[in-house]
Amino acid sequence: MSAASATTATPATLAEGSWQYRGLNAQNPGLDHLSDGLLDLVEAGVPVVAGTADLQYSNGLVKFAQRHPDRFVQFGISEQNMVSAAAGLATTGASPFVATFASFLALLCCEQIRMDVAYTKLPVRLIGHHTGIALGFYGTSHHATEDISVMRAIAGLTVVSPADGPQLRAAIRASAEWPEPIYFRTSRGRDPQVYGDDVVFEFGKGIEHSTGTDLTIIACGTQVHPALRAAEVLRQEGYSVGVIDMATIKPLDVELVRAAADRSSVVLTVEEHNVLGGLGAAVAEVMAESPSRARLVRHGIHDEYSLIAPPTHLYAHYRLDAPGIAAVVREIFA
Amino acid sequence: MPSATTLLPDRPVADEAFLADRADFVRTEAIRLIELAKVGHYSSVFSAAEIFSALYYGVMRTDASRPDWPDRDRFLMGKGHAAVGLFPVLADLGYFPAEVLNGYTRLGSPLGDHPDMTKVPGIDFSSGSIGHALSNGLGMALGGRMSAREFSVFVMLGDGEMQEGQVWEAALAGAHHRLGKLVAIVDRNGFQLDGSVDDVIGIEPLADKWRAFGWDVHEVDGHDAGAVRDLLRQLAERPADAAPSCVIAHTLKGKGVAYMEEEPGWHLGYLVPADAAAAIAEIRAGARA
Repeated sequence: MSAASATTATPATLAEGSWQYRGLNAQNPGLDHLSDGLLDLVEAGVPVVAGTADLQYSNGLVKFAQRHPDRFVQFGISEQNMVSAAAGLATTGASPFVATFASFLALLCCEQIRMDVAYTKLPVRLIGHHTGIALGFYGTSHHATEDISVMRAIAGLTVVSPADGPQLRAAIRASAEWPEPIYFRTSRGRDPQVYGDDVVFEFGKGIEHSTGTDLTIIACGTQVHPALRAAEVLRQEGYSVGVIDMATIKPLDVELVRAAADRSSVVLTVEEHNVLGGLGAAVAEVMAESPSRARLVRHGIHDEYSLIAPPTHLYAHYRLDAPGIAAVVREIFA
Repeated sequence: MPSATTLLPDRPVADEAFLADRADFVRTEAIRLIELAKVGHYSSVFSAAEIFSALYYGVMRTDASRPDWPDRDRFLMGKGHAAVGLFPVLADLGYFPAEVLNGYTRLGSPLGDHPDMTKVPGIDFSSGSIGHALSNGLGMALGGRMSAREFSVFVMLGDGEMQEGQVWEAALAGAHHRLGKLVAIVDRNGFQLDGSVDDVIGIEPLADKWRAFGWDVHEVDGHDAGAVRDLLRQLAERPADAAPSCVIAHTLKGKGVAYMEEEPGWHLGYLVPADAAAAIAEIRAGARA
């Protein structure tokens, strides 16, 4: 339970711009939202215990650990042990939040999540960070393009994909009133902000930014921001475009999906995830069972492993940025 | 550390004869319940019977009228397939009516082959996937210390379970975080589904392994209920920031029914009523001998 030391300095002999791992927080204030959400909960009297598996600088939990060393557990590189122990902690009245890369949390620990967290109905909060292809050239081992699919298939597990740091912080605050275990799917902390610090979060409710008769884009996580930007461009070209931030993927806001399908000719889902089993699949399941005749197009990673490249290059390559999403829409209507 | 626990009741008191009687009750009830299911883990229960008996009648602070009592000692089973031996103990202590046992494994029963904490009062954690339980218990011991409660956490592990990597993740973490209230009990009966543990994937030198991981290791005859009781009572009183304890309980798989002791295939099986009655008679006769 030792707190991290507060080393963030680099030697004065190094030129500006050089950095080291422990400086990630200073370089990357978006990472603070996880810790800030947990600090909000502690202030509200929630018995938070935060844990990580040797990634406290990557996920920013170092800030929480320094503030509340007695509420922080370092598990080391043993993700499965961490998830199972979090479940044990929850039985003692603690409110455990455990964080690691989404690829390890959702896939390596899938069975621990199913058996120890979901089947037991314990209020464990799982934070899978650096989702999708956010880790760029670190490669497929560090990408999570299956986590929504896998987590969504586990009975009793809530799946949330905040669009940015403030929404993550709001969702963490709101989790105090949510009895189910939760998988939070978050990105790198460098994502452009969609929301202000006053954003509120409601589990199970999508956020309708706008409505349109030609098209509704339903996006989640990192894709909400580019979807909104793409919609602006498309409107200037004459399209009637709506955008929904489907921040809770399970339980899905079925009514909002049905309303979009009734209103628009096309529903386009956009996700940084395999189109199999993810947000697009969840929306497809609803539309297939509804009387609407809208066309559905799923946009995301099409059942493949990502190329190697820096993240922004990958987003451009896979058309998961605003120009790419707009191009996909133009092709649909061409 | 100030205690959140103001007044704990005394630990239960039971002599050797009573513990031995309850161990045979575990065995005979398991035979009866497995008859209902028509398949079950006889010999896995029989090796653990004295451990169940010692813990529940002679060591653990529990209160059947308050299954969620925050100060209760906890018991977890990595070898969840032996739950058919634990359910009769819980009924005997009053966690649920004994009649519930009669529906064992039938449609809608809370009682299945593996224990489910959401269905059965007195089950401290669900299990069934081997290798998780020590981590679950680790979390409980962390939570107990963080909330300044003095309960102990006993985790029964199969010896085959030592082959699961997660056990050793938990072993590292338990020693690192010095969880003195965490007690692992290895039911060292020597067999797993596919044969002897030594033949499948050997685990010796087991005591040395736990010692090397930083645990306080003890070995005991797992069928000497009095010795198991005395050792576990002593370990339950260790300080919350001491090294965690590992008890290697040397047991006989199938203990109590001679042909099962000689044949590891009885890990899973079924006795028709006449054979079940004979096995129960053999266990009772053994107790009188």
